[in-house]
Amino acid sequence: MESIIQIKNLTKQFPVGTGKFTALIDISLEFRKGEFTGFVGPSGSGKTTLLNIIGSLDTPTEGEVTVLGHSIAHLTHKQSARLRNQHLGFIFQTYNLFPVYTVYENVEFALLLQHMPAAERRKAVLDALEWVGLTDKMDSKPAQLSGGEGQRVAIARAMVKRPAILLADEPTANLDSRNSHHILQTMQQLNEELQTTFLFATHDEKVMGYLRRIISLEDGRVVKDEQIVMDKITEG
Amino acid sequence: MLAFKLAFKNIFGAGYRTILNIAVLSFAFVTIIFYNGVIDGWNQQARRDTIEWEIGQGQLWHPSYDPLDYFSYQDAHGPIPEALQAEVSAGRLAPILVAQASAFPQGRMQGVLLKGIPPGQSILKIPTAALEEQDGQVPVLIGKRMAQSIKMKEGDQLLLRWRDKNGTFDALEVTIAGVFDCNVPTIDGGQVWLPLERLQDMLGMPGQATLLVAGEGFTPSGDTGWAFKGHGYLLADLNKIIQSKKGGSGVIYGLLLIIALLAIFDTQVLSIFRRQKEIGTYIALGMTRWQVVGIFTVEGTTYSILAILLGALYGGPLLWYLSEVGWAMPSGSQDIGISIADKIYPVYGAGLIVTTVLLVVVSATLVSFLPARKIAKLRPTDALKGKIQ
Repeated sequence: MESIIQIKNLTKQFPVGTGKFTALIDISLEFRKGEFTGFVGPSGSGKTTLLNIIGSLDTPTEGEVTVLGHSIAHLTHKQSARLRNQHLGFIFQTYNLFPVYTVYENVEFALLLQHMPAAERRKAVLDALEWVGLTDKMDSKPAQLSGGEGQRVAIARAMVKRPAILLADEPTANLDSRNSHHILQTMQQLNEELQTTFLFATHDEKVMGYLRRIISLEDGRVVKDEQIVMDKITEG
Repeated sequence: MLAFKLAFKNIFGAGYRTILNIAVLSFAFVTIIFYNGVIDGWNQQARRDTIEWEIGQGQLWHPSYDPLDYFSYQDAHGPIPEALQAEVSAGRLAPILVAQASAFPQGRMQGVLLKGIPPGQSILKIPTAALEEQDGQVPVLIGKRMAQSIKMKEGDQLLLRWRDKNGTFDALEVTIAGVFDCNVPTIDGGQVWLPLERLQDMLGMPGQATLLVAGEGFTPSGDTGWAFKGHGYLLADLNKIIQSKKGGSGVIYGLLLIIALLAIFDTQVLSIFRRQKEIGTYIALGMTRWQVVGIFTVEGTTYSILAILLGALYGGPLLWYLSEVGWAMPSGSQDIGISIADKIYPVYGAGLIVTTVLLVVVSATLVSFLPARKIAKLRPTDALKGKIQ
C-alpha cells in the first residue's frame, strides 16, 4: 500500500504564559493507505495535537508533516481548507453536529462546500445515511437523536465525501458500550470497503480492540508502534 | 449563495433572539423613514406655501429694499420701471408697496407693516379680491396670527397711523375685510394688507412699489435697476431651517439605529462566543476562516433584510395612512416663525426609501462584520475546544 502520510522529526510547542509547553517531541511516523490506526495514551500525551496537525488544523513547530503530498507547514489557509474539504474527514468526541440543520443537511454540508451538483449530492447523502443506518432519521434535528445516532451522523458527514483519511478524536468517549461497538464496526466496514485510512486518538479499550496498528504516546513521544495481527481483530 | 443559505438557517434557528433583533431593527427602519418623510413633507409644504403665498416665481426688489432692515423701507420705493409696466398690466408681475405704520387695536399701539397689493392680482394666494373698495370703507386683510395678536376679527375697525412721503402723520380707520389662514408667517404677523392704489394714495406715492412679485411666464431680462431674486435666494433661509431640522432629527434616528445595531452587534458577539465549536467544525469541514466570517456577516445582513421586510409589512400601511391623514402639529408650532401647517403630510420618496434601506443594510452588515473579524484570527483547534476569549 502507498504511503499517504509522512511525519519526520515533528515537534510541537504551545506558548504557555511566558514559556512554552512541548506537546510533541521529535515524532517520525509513516501511514499507508487503508490503515486502521490509533494513537493511544493518557490525557496530555499529544494524541489530539498529532491528529490536528495531520488534519492541517494546526502546524508543526519543527519537523515536516506531509499529507497526500502536501507539506502541512507550507499550506496557506485556503490550501489547507481545500485539503480538509476534499481529502480529510473529521469525527469529534462531541459529534459537533450543526444544531439548526437536519441530519440530511448536516451530512450534505461537506458536499455543498465542494459545489457538487444537487442530484449527485442527494445520492451521496442518502448512500452515506444508509451506511450508518439513519435513512429514517434524515429529517430529524441533532437534538432529537441519541448519542449513538449523533455519532453515526458525524461518521456519515465525514464519509460522504469519500475522504482519503478520516481522523477520529475520541469517537466513542460519549457512547455506551453497545453504541461504541456499533460505531466501530461501521467504521471498520467503511475502512474495508472504501480503503479509507482511519486514524484515531483514543484511550478507550473498546476502540483498541479494533485497531490494526496502535501507536502509544507518552509525554509527547512515541513509546511504542505496534502492528496488530488480523486474527486478533476477529477475536476482539 | 451558500453563506446566505447557512445564514438563513442559523438565524431562523436562533428563535427569540432573531425575532427581537428583527423587531428592533424594523422599528428603527420605519421610524427613520417616517421622520425623514415628515421633514420632506414639511419641506415641500413650506416651499410650496412660501411660493404660493409670498414669493411667487421670484421677486424684483427696489434697489434700496432690504426686508431685514426696517429703516430701509422709508426709501425703498419708486415708480415701476417702464420696461416692466407691460408685465404688470399682463398680470405677470404684482407690485407691492411696503410702509411702516402704527395700528391701534383695542386702544393699544402696535407697530405694523402696511402692504399694498392690487386686489385683482392672481399671482399670490392672498385673497385680495376682498380688498375691492365698497361703500367708502377702506378694506384691509390680515392673517390669522395677526388677528389673534390684535384680538380682532372680520368686520372690526382698526385705526392706522402712518407718515407719508413728506413725513407728515396721517390716520385712517380701516375695516378688516377678511382674515386669511396661511402657513407662511412672514406675510401674516404684524402685517396689514391694503389695496395698492389706496396705500399709494395714503403715502403720496402714486404708481410706486417696493417690490414686484413674479408670476408664471415672467422672465427677468434687461437692466431695470430692480434686482431679481429667484427661489434660490428667497428660499435660502427656509432651506437652512429645514437642513437644521434634518440634522436634529438625524440625531434621533441615529440613536434609534444605534440601539438596533447594538442588538445585532451583541447577538453577533454572543454568537461567536457560543458557537465556537460550530466555527471550528466549519473550518474542519473545509471552510476557510474568511468563509466563516462571511457566514456571520451575512447573518447580520440577513437580519437587516428581514427587518426591512417586516418593516414593509406593518410600516407600509402605517406610513401610507399617516401620509393620507397627516401628522397634526402642536398648536404652539404656528408661532415659531417658520412656515408650518396644522398638519404635515409626510412624503416618502423613492430616494428616501432606497437610502434608508441601504443605510440599514450597510450598517447592519458592518456591525456584524466587526465582531466576526475575530474568527479570521482564531486557531481552529482553539475553536473546536471552545477556547475563544
